[in-house]
Amino acid sequence: MKHLDEYRDAASVQTLADAIHKATTQPWVLMELCGGQTHTILRCGLDSLLPAHLEIVHGPGCPVCVTALETVEKALAIASLPNVIFASYGDMLRVPGIHTDLLSLRARGADIRIVYSPQDAVRLAQANPDREVVFFAIGFETTAPAHALAVQQAHALALTNFSLLVSHVLVPPAMRAILGSPQNRVQGFIAPGHVCAITGYEPYEDLARRHHVPIVVGGFEPVDLLEAILLLVQQLESGRAEVENPYARVVSREGNRHARRATELVFETTHRKWRGIGELPDSGLCLRPQYAQFDAEQRFALAHIQADEPPECISAQVLQGLKKPTDCSAFGTRCQPESPLGAPMVSNEGACSAYYRYRRQGVESA
Amino acid sequence: MLLNCPLPLATTDRVLLGHGSGGKLSAELMRDIFLPALSNPILARLDDQAQLEIGGLRLAFTTDSFVVKPLFFPGGDIGSLAVHGTINDLAMAGARPLYLSAAYVIEEGFPLADLRRIADSMGRAAQQAGVSIVTGDTKVVERGAADGLFLNTTGIGLIPASVTISAAAARPGDVILLSGSLGDHGIAIMAAREGLQFDTVLTSDSAALHTLVEAMLAAAPAIRCLRDPTRGGLSSTLNEIAAQSATGMRILETEIPIRDEVRGACEMLGLDPLYVANEGKLVAIVAPEDADAVLAAMRTHPLGRNAARIGAVTQENAGRVVLQTAYGTTRIVDMLAGDQLPRIC
Repeated sequence: MKHLDEYRDAASVQTLADAIHKATTQPWVLMELCGGQTHTILRCGLDSLLPAHLEIVHGPGCPVCVTALETVEKALAIASLPNVIFASYGDMLRVPGIHTDLLSLRARGADIRIVYSPQDAVRLAQANPDREVVFFAIGFETTAPAHALAVQQAHALALTNFSLLVSHVLVPPAMRAILGSPQNRVQGFIAPGHVCAITGYEPYEDLARRHHVPIVVGGFEPVDLLEAILLLVQQLESGRAEVENPYARVVSREGNRHARRATELVFETTHRKWRGIGELPDSGLCLRPQYAQFDAEQRFALAHIQADEPPECISAQVLQGLKKPTDCSAFGTRCQPESPLGAPMVSNEGACSAYYRYRRQGVESA
Repeated sequence: MLLNCPLPLATTDRVLLGHGSGGKLSAELMRDIFLPALSNPILARLDDQAQLEIGGLRLAFTTDSFVVKPLFFPGGDIGSLAVHGTINDLAMAGARPLYLSAAYVIEEGFPLADLRRIADSMGRAAQQAGVSIVTGDTKVVERGAADGLFLNTTGIGLIPASVTISAAAARPGDVILLSGSLGDHGIAIMAAREGLQFDTVLTSDSAALHTLVEAMLAAAPAIRCLRDPTRGGLSSTLNEIAAQSATGMRILETEIPIRDEVRGACEMLGLDPLYVANEGKLVAIVAPEDADAVLAAMRTHPLGRNAARIGAVTQENAGRVVLQTAYGTTRIVDMLAGDQLPRIC
């Protein structure tokens, strides 16, 4: 496949791995910030190509995993209502709430549909004027522009039966929280390539300066990730802390102006709860007041639903890179993809799921 | 207590769609509900077909229901698929398929023209495969009680005396062969369902595999295991063989044939081709000394032109499938819990 095979080339991967070995003279801890990157690293076994003392930890980069238990409970409450069609991306359906999940609700008769794009949900609302269609709008800066367009589309069509349960989160505030934590171990970040395609890498320059931490934009293929890791190691070894962008085929400094504009027109920043991490200031997006009629939280009066993950839950530490999934006593035993204890075991992009799928103790790698 | 996550949802009191995915949830239904209720030694072998001895003859006996949506897709339709699927389950025992039944469950209001098209296609597929559909049943249910049309086929075939094939027969050192590219059927269906467009039309690989099996058995009668990687894809098939044979499976990523269109569609949808369904492919486990002859026989048959040696059976990692990547690293290829869910981004 053109535009993919060259970034998966085995010889290039080996050359980069050798260069990383040469460049690394002391232990470093790096964090990748996107679930897609986590899965590439584990699926391809890239971490086993790296020097033993170069540690890769997995950040809060899976949008499904970081969606707060409270938001999942709100989704379940809406989806249970008789006249509602609840539309969601597929991997949200297995995420456990307190007592149930969306897949089980669907088996009990709730009308829950998997959609590939928010436009599909708008079409559902057009086709079912006598029913309420609610779209579960989760994700980072990446999915926000498409969600914004769906809202504008619904507005233009004067749809009165369409709304969004919004749970958007933003990457830079999460990085600030990790860097500000007294327990932080992370010394360099692989910035999420898809998010940066929208926002550009300019928002990361201030973070790099303030916290003196190198940040390199990473793509999702093995060559992209190893390039980013090499640049991070070179910066750390020479004491630099800059933003670098080897993923220039997709990402520019200013990002996608049209997409950013669409997001800004419809959404504004808000405080947001993250699973396991708690509420972070200005770390999420919510609908602007002029689009309040599309806000499912208001339409269905959900403010009374509150739920907190227990602070001792290890998924918080996994999502902050403080622990590896395999450090959890329930990993692979009480917690498995078919009976997940927490979201990181459910989602395709979750760190626990990646470790479970690709790496388990007792399997010889030779 | 260190861990205090939300309550586990392991026990569901309802059937989920994932229970029909061919993955772990399907295996749980079998283990917890059907095997205890229907217990007998023939069923307990859990092969794709029952193997029966009647009057000195060895019969293969199997049944399969088809609920594919859309009913018509590039490369076939529910009628031809129902013929091929049941023939293949017989062929995976090395059997010569003889007779099939067909049972239709039709939703009120279904167009007669479509029904005729499906029946014609079924007849053509049976004729081409040299089997007869000798009995059947028709039921009509109220509008909304079925999604257009469901179709069940049952088949019987004769197993030659010299052949003993079972998913429990793999031994360390054996070679794993795959008859062609992965994922064609599942991706063709998904593309038709979702309206995905590609430069070339993706076509289902739906085909009857019994003549391919015949050619393979002629080359080496002692083939140990045969399976067609349908629901759950290659991953489920190899995991099942690994579990039933109590061996490990080691496969090489670089040797597994996958079409560019299928890889591209999987990239877009966030699916792994190792888990995508096939309807005209088989996996064979053969002794190392038979591997070259069987592979050569496969490649001379039109349905095995792209056959490949994709790995080996191992002593270590019993019950598990391990994949060696293009980079020399390894990872587990697990059975899926339920269906693959399209991911968010």
